[in-house]
Amino acid sequence: MLKYFLLNLLLTFVWVALTGQLNYSNFVFGGAAGFFILWMLTRRSRNADKEYFYRVPKILVFILYFLYDMMEANLRVAIDVMTPNYHTTPGIIKYKLDAKTDFEITMLTNIIALTPGTMVIDIAEDKSYVYIHTMYLTDKKKFIKNLKARTETKLLEILR
Amino acid sequence: MTDILIMILSTVGAIFVLISSIGIVRMPDFYTRLSITIKAATLGIGCILTAAAIHFAEFSTTTKVLAIVFFLFITSPVAAFLIARSAYISGIKLWKRSVVDELQDKYDNKNEIPVNPCKEEGEE
Repeated sequence: MLKYFLLNLLLTFVWVALTGQLNYSNFVFGGAAGFFILWMLTRRSRNADKEYFYRVPKILVFILYFLYDMMEANLRVAIDVMTPNYHTTPGIIKYKLDAKTDFEITMLTNIIALTPGTMVIDIAEDKSYVYIHTMYLTDKKKFIKNLKARTETKLLEILR
Repeated sequence: MTDILIMILSTVGAIFVLISSIGIVRMPDFYTRLSITIKAATLGIGCILTAAAIHFAEFSTTTKVLAIVFFLFITSPVAAFLIARSAYISGIKLWKRSVVDELQDKYDNKNEIPVNPCKEEGEE
């Protein structure tokens, strides 16, 4: 995993040094070329070696998906602020965590906090629950299911 | 083409910052106010900085913008979490039309909001 990341970085720098253009589209192209070369080289090796090549596209997709989610929720909040009446139905709910380590919980908390309308208020002592303050609570079960499927499962796939 | 992109990004960013500042005045209670301020401002600043990076189109500017956006996205949720938690512990009440508050048993912060909403009865 880490070995291939470092190799990819090395190939990127080799590409940039050889072409001699220090702009960032060249960096991106070098990185993509290095990724492709490494992918070709490890096609027939063990599964543990291939892990890196599944993970990188997943991370990119997750970032795009997260930005889209953030924009959508932000528009909803914006409409609520601009129009005269309150449409918010705020509430604090308990959410059972699948994430175990501190790092996973921190990342999940950050992502929940950055999608507008939701915010983590407290974490239980034994780290099995978080308390989420949300602005649009219509159906508790649906909200929890949505959060689990759309955010937590995807995040844990990347981190584990 | 890049001019149009810069215009769109900086306008959207400014609008988000404006919305978050209107939200501070308009929202009913502390928690919704905090929730709006942190996110809309973060996204707005992100958009404005991206517009600046495209406008200057230099390597050093772009790396600085990426670093600023990265640290902003890492730090502001943590700040929001700590502010909200200390506010709840020190006893700031939720809005009276809130639907559910499942945290009120843990700290001594009693609201008149039900622990479980009516439609969820018989569960747990």
